[in-house]
Amino acid sequence: MQKELFEYVLRIGDNALILGQRLGEWCGHGPVLEEDIALTNISLDLIGQARSFLTYAGEVEGLGRDEDKLAFFRDARDFRNILLLEQPNGDFGDTIARSFLYDHFAYLLFESLLHSNVTNIAAIAAKSIKEVTYHRRHSSEWVIRLGDGTAESHDRIQTSINNLWEYTGEMFNADTIDHVVASLGAGTDPSSLYASWKKNVAAVLLEATLEMPADDWMQKGGKQGVHSEHIGFLLAEMQHIPRTYPDAQW
Amino acid sequence: MVSDPSDVFKLLTTVKDPEIPVLNVVDMGVIRRVEIVNDIIEIDITPTYSGCPAMDVIAANVRTTLEREFSNQVKIASVMFPPWTTDWLTDDARAKLMAYGISPPEKNTADKSLLFGHREAVVCPKCQSKNTERISEFGSTACKAHYRCVDCKEPFDHFKCI
Repeated sequence: MQKELFEYVLRIGDNALILGQRLGEWCGHGPVLEEDIALTNISLDLIGQARSFLTYAGEVEGLGRDEDKLAFFRDARDFRNILLLEQPNGDFGDTIARSFLYDHFAYLLFESLLHSNVTNIAAIAAKSIKEVTYHRRHSSEWVIRLGDGTAESHDRIQTSINNLWEYTGEMFNADTIDHVVASLGAGTDPSSLYASWKKNVAAVLLEATLEMPADDWMQKGGKQGVHSEHIGFLLAEMQHIPRTYPDAQW
Repeated sequence: MVSDPSDVFKLLTTVKDPEIPVLNVVDMGVIRRVEIVNDIIEIDITPTYSGCPAMDVIAANVRTTLEREFSNQVKIASVMFPPWTTDWLTDDARAKLMAYGISPPEKNTADKSLLFGHREAVVCPKCQSKNTERISEFGSTACKAHYRCVDCKEPFDHFKCI
């Protein structure tokens, strides 16, 4: 049980960490000042969530690894984030589409984790859902603004959503770890969130005058540590200072 | 050596929020528990946002302020539950925010689950007009949104309701 719980919490923490790092890459590069600030504010929330989940994962594991050890001293194969979140930022629309697809999932996940019988998970979920409520509104508003905007913005955000769609299936793929943790009441079987996610995403896409892509082949592997090539570059940037100076203190 | 927690609380009202120096940590509602157990001052603080960078500074300032005044040992713990809400800002804190130029949050955090629920009227701290518009939901710190007054044209921060 402890092994499965560790993996389960690690996945949630890694999702927040990797998306937080990606959004942080926008710092100083946002299309307008307000969005530069928004994307980095959201990044900060996500890194805060990652700190809570990774700290707790380290406690569950019981080997003395803290949030920093887990964030900075694991290699790609040991990361458990879904593939969607490590995809490169692309243009602003690609970044918004990625966040939009994840935020709707994260909201439902945390809503359900409020009922976890593990006090720590329920507490972090209660904190995180308040933040994700704002993130989800931000990305959804932009999907509508871009979709129902000019012909150019419409086509580009549609392309972004089409391109990322093959990464959405992984969010709802339940494996043994999900089943064990869910059966004990500690976590949620992610496949149970799919219907609500699809309904909520469809409502926003409809308002945005965008098409929901057809489900086709879905990528998977991130949750088990099998990643796309992009994560190596992301980790190199994120980890190089603590790895170069492993005992450095602020 | 201090033995009355209310003396500790009183001293904590001199510890300012590093990002919004017009508020102290008691006004903010981040101090969740103060007890003195076997002469040790035990304090629980809770973060406003998961990633709020002010939290480490607040904890350090709380510690140095108490250690300067009292000879007791100080233990500070961070608690996550119940999650911090803007409902915990005192009335005094709301008045101080308004005077400082930050429009305080609405008092009721009920039902934020709607994706695009109706928005409360945000009051301009300069001219008190409710004819204001949102520029961005994310402002200069994690806890603030960016607004503009349509009447007096003043751009201002709004303390987000969570």
